[in-house]
Amino acid sequence: MSHLEKDSFGAKLGMWLFLFTEMLLFGGVFILYSVYLTRYPKEFGLGGHQLDLVYGATNTVVLLTSSLFAAMSVTAIKSGAKKLTLGLLSGTVGCAFIFLGIKYLEWSAKFHHGIYPNSPKLIAGPPGESIFFGLYYLTTGLHGIHVIVGAVLMTWTAVMVQKERLNANDNVTLENVTLYWHLVDLVWIFIFPLYYLIL
Amino acid sequence: MSQESAMAEGGFWRDTGRTGIGAWIFSTDHKRIGLMYLYCVLGFFLVGAFLGLLIRLELMAPGPTIMTAQTYNAMFTVHGVVMIFLFIIPGIPASFGNLVLPIQLGARDVAFPRVNLFSWWLYAIGAVIVLTSLFTGGGAPDTGWTFYVPFSARTTTNVSLAVFGVFVLGFSSILTGINFITTIHRMRAPGMTWTRIPLFTWSLYATAWVQVLATPIIAITLLLVVTERILGLGLFDPTRGGDPVMYQHMFWIYSHPAVYIMILPGMGVISDIIPVFSRKPIFGYKMIAFSSLAIAAAGSAVWGHHMYTSGMSDLGVLVFSFLTFIVAIPSAIKVFNWVSTMYKGSISLEAPMLFALSFILLFSIGGLSGLILGAAATDIHVHDTHFVVGHFHYVMFGGTGFAFFAAAHYWLPKYFGRRYQEKPAIIGWVLMFIGFNILYFTMQVLGMEGMPRRYYDYLPEFARLNFVATVGSWIMLAGVAIVVWNLWRGLFKGEPFIGNPWGGASLEWSIATPPPTENFEEDPVVSHGPYDFKGAGVP
Ligand code: HEM
Ligand SMILES: [Cu+2]
Repeated sequence: MSHLEKDSFGAKLGMWLFLFTEMLLFGGVFILYSVYLTRYPKEFGLGGHQLDLVYGATNTVVLLTSSLFAAMSVTAIKSGAKKLTLGLLSGTVGCAFIFLGIKYLEWSAKFHHGIYPNSPKLIAGPPGESIFFGLYYLTTGLHGIHVIVGAVLMTWTAVMVQKERLNANDNVTLENVTLYWHLVDLVWIFIFPLYYLIL
Repeated sequence: MSQESAMAEGGFWRDTGRTGIGAWIFSTDHKRIGLMYLYCVLGFFLVGAFLGLLIRLELMAPGPTIMTAQTYNAMFTVHGVVMIFLFIIPGIPASFGNLVLPIQLGARDVAFPRVNLFSWWLYAIGAVIVLTSLFTGGGAPDTGWTFYVPFSARTTTNVSLAVFGVFVLGFSSILTGINFITTIHRMRAPGMTWTRIPLFTWSLYATAWVQVLATPIIAITLLLVVTERILGLGLFDPTRGGDPVMYQHMFWIYSHPAVYIMILPGMGVISDIIPVFSRKPIFGYKMIAFSSLAIAAAGSAVWGHHMYTSGMSDLGVLVFSFLTFIVAIPSAIKVFNWVSTMYKGSISLEAPMLFALSFILLFSIGGLSGLILGAAATDIHVHDTHFVVGHFHYVMFGGTGFAFFAAAHYWLPKYFGRRYQEKPAIIGWVLMFIGFNILYFTMQVLGMEGMPRRYYDYLPEFARLNFVATVGSWIMLAGVAIVVWNLWRGLFKGEPFIGNPWGGASLEWSIATPPPTENFEEDPVVSHGPYDFKGAGVP
């Protein structure tokens, strides 16, 4: 059945379209961010100072490293280096776990200070502050879910590589999953300055 | 294969492999998926129409008639949700798109058959979630299908679940869009240039872009409603610094373009049917194809016309009003081209054509009343009255709904190998058309006179026209019942439908009836346009 031949260009086209929709999904949150930033510049500034720059910066480095691993895994599989591919993929998944661990520490520190959605402290505070933290939890939470999904996909691809269902000749799935991972990384590259740096 | 044996049991209906229901719900054949969508979509249409009937019964006379005010609120909400998210958005693209698009391109399937099956499953799961929300929790949602905050964040009815169901449905819509775009780019047969793509498939191409680009926005907006309800983030809550008008912006950034997900495929159906039943090539092929893209593009920038009365800035109102009028241009181009195609054609008034012709009339009335709503000055008068309800029924039901039935009469015989009876089809159409106008034109008049939308009760002045509208709804639904019954009976028991009786020139008419599993016995090479009847050898 000739039509079952893989059209890897088509597969990548489909993936790009899907990534586009993901960007738009986050785009919705960024629209809200920009509108409320112009409305509450002072509260956003104060909110931003309460976020921990060290956690944020570490996580940025972790994610960038993971993206590097992911990109290298594509080169590796194309040259037929199965072991190396598997190593790089586990590196990526490992980074995902570190990222989530740091996120956990960061969130629990905030919770500890009484800053969480609908908390008495936020309700009593100025409106702009609760909006800031509302957006913060929403954006990083949504991003966190994407990290988890990405890690699951990465693990699944690693299994496929192990079984040699993905190999030097047929690897578009790995490429697509890597593309997804780059998106997760890219979104964070926006979140980090918007919430931690510029305010 | 003799034509007789090719009927119903032949073609893709003959199963190789799984049997029973598994042969359908796990099939990656685009035709089976298309039919599964069709059955679901039609079923939901009937459910929605029944709810519409109940709404009309309640409004037949002033005061309580058959239900309580709370039930009424749930009723119009569920009617809207079912009709919009379960019927009209997936309606033509997912059912007829899946049935027809790959064949019109000369492909054996869509680009991602398994994703296609997955998106049907998402549709089914989303639908089940939506239906579950009606009978569990604090009762059926009562917010209207728009889920406006702050009410949707506060009401104790089962809004979270319903909204989550719609989220899943959106995912399904996105995947279908991605699939179609990729298919059109990658899977055209040799010789199928962009200007030889049938206009139905062209319209699905434009639709698919809207599905891909607009749906994510509603996804995030609906997620926000859920977080608002469950976590209390307060992003739309004025007491916490949020802004409910932001919700309206985000909602309509999707939902206005979604209107084009609803109407563009209908226009595509009409563009395919009119030339075939006029025996003439379509007039202005490129203009029609291009105007689909223009509608999709311009239509994405006009969401603000739903919010003239929400306290937007005057400049905003002016800009949105201007942009709204621009969308009328490509729509009018299409109407003129259809009419020009018929000019001096030898028109045969069979059922598909009758539905297509009534589409043009009803869509034009809907479109013109849309201009009244698009102009801020007049909109402020009729905003949220029955005029609006009349307007969008003219566009959505008179437009897309009639196109859906046109498509059903035109294409389904091809897939079943049997056809409906002509006479009941025409009687059903006449009743639908007359009842429709009695119902919705009266609603527009009511709205002009000031009867509000989504009101349980009304002043005695409105009693007479409301009664008339309700009678209209009976006539219309009688027509719908006849049409659906006739199609159903005909497709399973009717006379054989053999060869190319309509005389179409696009690829789907060049293959066996019903189509074989892989569509083409050998890969086609396309040498003529979809409306080049001579080139296709159609007499
Ligand atoms: C293609 C078919 C249809 C579509 C897409 C559709 C869509 C809608 C939508 C979106 C609303 C607005 C609900 C709201 O305000 O939240 C509505 C309201 C309504 N629909 Fe339909 N509908 C369709 C068919 C019907 C039918 C067959 C009937 C009657 C037999 C009907 C009767 C009504 C009535 C009476 C209302 C007004 C409810 C109110 O505002 O009080 N509709 N419809
Ligand atoms: Cu609109």
